[in-house]
Amino acid sequence: MKIHEYQAKAILAQFGIPVPRGKVVDSPVQASQVAAELGGKVVLKVQVYAGGRGKAGGIKTAQNPQEAEQLARQMLGSRLVSRQTSAEGVKVSKLLVEEAVNIQRELYLSIVIDNSAQLPVMMASEAGGMDIEEVAQTHPEKILKTHISPLLGFQAFQGRKLAYGLNLEQTLSKPAVNFMTSLYQVFQAKDCSLAEINPLVVTTDGKLLALDAKLNFDDNALFRHSDIAALADPEQQEPLETEANKQGISYIKLDGDVGCLVNGAGLAMATMDIIKLVGAQPANFLDVGGGATEEQIAAAMGILLDDPKVKRVLINIFGGILRCDVAARGIVAALTQREVTLPVVVRMRGTNVDEGKEILAQSGLPITPAKDLLEAARLVAVAKGGKA
Amino acid sequence: MSILVGKNTRLLVQGMTGNEGSFHTHRCMEYGTKVVAGVTPGKGGTTFDGVPVFNGVEQAVHATGANTSMIFVPPAGAFEAILEAADAGISLIVCITEGIPVMDMVKVHLYLKGKSCRLIGPNCPGLISPRERCKVGLMPGDIHRPGNIGVVSRSGTLTYEAVAQLTELGLGQSTCIGIGGDPLPGTTFVDVLKLFQRDKQTEALVLIGEIGGTMEQEAAQFIKEYFTKPVVGFVAGATAPPGRRMGHAGAIISGSSGRASEKINALAAVGVSIAPSPAEIGVTVKKMLAKR
Repeated sequence: MKIHEYQAKAILAQFGIPVPRGKVVDSPVQASQVAAELGGKVVLKVQVYAGGRGKAGGIKTAQNPQEAEQLARQMLGSRLVSRQTSAEGVKVSKLLVEEAVNIQRELYLSIVIDNSAQLPVMMASEAGGMDIEEVAQTHPEKILKTHISPLLGFQAFQGRKLAYGLNLEQTLSKPAVNFMTSLYQVFQAKDCSLAEINPLVVTTDGKLLALDAKLNFDDNALFRHSDIAALADPEQQEPLETEANKQGISYIKLDGDVGCLVNGAGLAMATMDIIKLVGAQPANFLDVGGGATEEQIAAAMGILLDDPKVKRVLINIFGGILRCDVAARGIVAALTQREVTLPVVVRMRGTNVDEGKEILAQSGLPITPAKDLLEAARLVAVAKGGKA
Repeated sequence: MSILVGKNTRLLVQGMTGNEGSFHTHRCMEYGTKVVAGVTPGKGGTTFDGVPVFNGVEQAVHATGANTSMIFVPPAGAFEAILEAADAGISLIVCITEGIPVMDMVKVHLYLKGKSCRLIGPNCPGLISPRERCKVGLMPGDIHRPGNIGVVSRSGTLTYEAVAQLTELGLGQSTCIGIGGDPLPGTTFVDVLKLFQRDKQTEALVLIGEIGGTMEQEAAQFIKEYFTKPVVGFVAGATAPPGRRMGHAGAIISGSSGRASEKINALAAVGVSIAPSPAEIGVTVKKMLAKR
């Protein structure tokens, strides 16, 4: 799960990490007021989940409150298109207005889980402000790493090692160790999947400051962090995905016109892959999950069909825990209720497959059965598209 | 022979009396697995379909000689359930539970270091050895048949798909293992490759990967250096967009190494026969074996 920068900074501040003074606003007048409170010169930063904001014009400096108001008027309500968004971009409805900071050095600091080492790893680099993936590719030696045992916590010597590695002045060594220790505390206490400070700046008056901050959280751990779950901003998410989440369905909207409904994440990905192989484009990833009920199958069909791009449908069920007859009833219920006329190809096998096929055949709906996955993909690729 | 589970398996089920736990315990018993005990704290002393239920794993092990545990405990309690099984001396823990926080798994890995206990999963469908009629997991038993192909996969239903294709072509399986879709699995592809390399029954291998992480690349490196049996590979998620979690917690592309193409290239480079589509996994195995 992602949150906004201003929310991440509020959490960091709670743990004693220095962040710039600032406030989040949703109107130009507020922007001007906050600028006045902060002493005039401020930075306005759009609050969207996507990265690459700077290059996309989502971060602007205002010299005084009037300019802050002017810029806020342009930025609020616009759509930000960055390399991490779709072509339509994302709507900007909040700005973070912060004091302008005089920067001496820009560093990088983050914590992630290192899957191979099966431990959290803190990474630091003098190449702050840059895309760290790129640094890792071109200059891996510029990234310092230290693994952290959750049983022991982050140790001061690890912090000193990184601080000296970053060529920080002696006087900054202790603040740096404190900064890093606190960042690990955030990571651990909130079950983060990523805690990234990029850049971590040294100001001209010699202080460390988290100029930008990104916190991502482990979805699996949200059950013990209701405070974090409550920070989700539905405006930043595809509405169909929000709806699917509520129903316990794993759904991701894509750009093609073949809607897919599958049980199991691996099979769902493989189904998308084979649709592409036969020359069509999947409209979504959809895994109804292991023990889906008839109602959940019907709800999943509904979400899939709510995507206006969907012109044809491929259903691929390998019955195991989920029985084919249950799936068939859910499919028929959803299609009947919506009076769907678009072509639907169904491939079923496994538990109770004969009952399932019978239910589909008896329904009188425009459903084409397929004997295997390849045939199903070929049939759906040549099917003439209809409307949901 | 088979690997990890077989006729010597004495299964204990943690969370046996819950909805999913009871359903799948029945399916395993029907298939032929020796289910010797269940553990549900607070229900000790009762029986469940003739199987004694205990309050703790240690008691159950003492009383029944259980050596394998299958865990259905919900995410909030699964971390502790794994530790309890390891503490009681269980040698193989199969954790079916989906949704365990990653930080909990980091601690599990630290705890298991130095113990002679193997964890499969979490978030996995389990494993099955058809010749010895032993199933510890969720897979439909009837799609399998005894034979010489080993199967290892990060997926559930996609594994069933592959197995069904093999069985239809008359290619039976030695052991089929789903290592699970989480980013920090207890058992990796390389771990399973080591076991299949030593298993005389297994003559060829099907390896089914997916986007995210670098486990397939590590498998490729191991195959190149040590694995002498022929391998067919498939990697799901060539069409998955980067940065999105595709159902499985571990199936997210972050950086180029997580992409399907990188993984396919790494496997192909060490001589793995890549199935051109998920519908052609069985056929690819058949062709590969015919060439030998």
